[in-house]
Amino acid sequence: MLQTRAIPCLLLKGRGFVKTTRFRNPKYLGDPINIVRLFNDKEADELIVLDIAATVEKKPPQFEFLANLTSECFMPLCYGGGVRTIEDIRTLLSIGIEKVAINTAAVASSDLVAKAADAFGSQAIVSSIDAKQNWLGAMKVHTNSARKNTGLDPVMVAIEMDKRGAGEILLTSVDRDGSMKGYDLELIRRVSEAVSIPVVACGGAGNMEHFAQAISAGASAVAAGSLFVYVGPHRAVLINYPTTPELRRIFAEHDGKRQ
Amino acid sequence: MSPENSAEAHITIVDYGIGNVGSIANMLKRIGVPCSFARTREEIMSATSLILPGVGAFDRGMENLAERGFIGPLTEKVQGEKVPILGLCLGMQLFVESSEEGSLPGLGWINGRCVRFRPTEASPIKVPHMGWNRLNIVKEHPLVADLGDDQRFYFVHGYHVADLADEDQVALVNHGGPVPAVVGRDNVMGVQFHPEKSHRYGAKLLRNFAQFAGVALR
Repeated sequence: MLQTRAIPCLLLKGRGFVKTTRFRNPKYLGDPINIVRLFNDKEADELIVLDIAATVEKKPPQFEFLANLTSECFMPLCYGGGVRTIEDIRTLLSIGIEKVAINTAAVASSDLVAKAADAFGSQAIVSSIDAKQNWLGAMKVHTNSARKNTGLDPVMVAIEMDKRGAGEILLTSVDRDGSMKGYDLELIRRVSEAVSIPVVACGGAGNMEHFAQAISAGASAVAAGSLFVYVGPHRAVLINYPTTPELRRIFAEHDGKRQ
Repeated sequence: MSPENSAEAHITIVDYGIGNVGSIANMLKRIGVPCSFARTREEIMSATSLILPGVGAFDRGMENLAERGFIGPLTEKVQGEKVPILGLCLGMQLFVESSEEGSLPGLGWINGRCVRFRPTEASPIKVPHMGWNRLNIVKEHPLVADLGDDQRFYFVHGYHVADLADEDQVALVNHGGPVPAVVGRDNVMGVQFHPEKSHRYGAKLLRNFAQFAGVALR
């Protein structure tokens, strides 16, 4: 029976990991290789690494740097940021990354996800969807690290990406990012009801109870940033990850379902 | 990352342009198992034990082996010389006779075929089977010795081997029903999951393979 995954989501800016709030104010956390090693020791289920500057600065992924990072990573790794072409994806997979997340380019170039899924298999292609509320309260898909509003509905985009062959959806609430106030459960519910592929919920986790809520709302896995890198009310940087018994306890009702 | 080519017993990872051989070399290096890559027929022929990795589509895997002229040398090593081989993920699927995913024949070293996961209303599983799952070990085998009570492995696959002979099944995994996760027939062994990405559990399994293959750990 599949175990519900809890995935640290780490943001890369230049050569350092940072943590944002609502995709802004990046705070430096530390050296990526050290942080990945710590998550090895803690036996994290998987890691997501997103380069938040690549697309904005119109740069490709930092292939050489990522190759060094993956050589230290003994758990599955999903990478996103600046991924524009089939060749980018081929290179990322060849350096030991299991899954490539496509965000801006998936919306901008209609056939990248389909071509990539065809060339590398759906399991390697993640559709990353950043959703942010507009002033009327409607959720809209944003790209370019939430700088650009596409005006598209996240549910429609998710259905389209499922159809094109994405193997998983990384669904991030921009408004909840760094808030630690809990996931946007309504967003998770709407998207996971609409697609057949696993939805990884991201944005807002502040405690383990939030994980259970996201899974109950329909997510297949949970991702979190702040929760795994900060401790205490003053958000001191400390890499942490629940033990396997803690995770199995929190997901006792969910393991093996929705997966 | 500089796997060494040496004459003494080591693991040779077959690089046939499908899947990522670097991750496997990284894990072997981490656990002190000497390894090298085989990118030519000669390098396969000089192997003392082999790992056949692979990610992606079945036909693509067989085509890539055929294009490089690897099928002959691999068959000679594995079926003739009885050199130990470990298939990982698609690498293991190529050991059976055929796959629903493609039209090319497999290597046929293990009786069986590859089928797609079929979610049903009674068991609405997600496909691909992606994430951490526990092995249900059904047969004692050196590959799965001493994995520990908390063992778990990382899976990601949409197809799985089926119709195996009972004696070839070593461990199963539950995803909408029991699915073969570890197979073993004499010197031919395969795992559906990714030991190179399965923390200390994968490390232990690879160490077990190295030991079976007579490779001295560094």
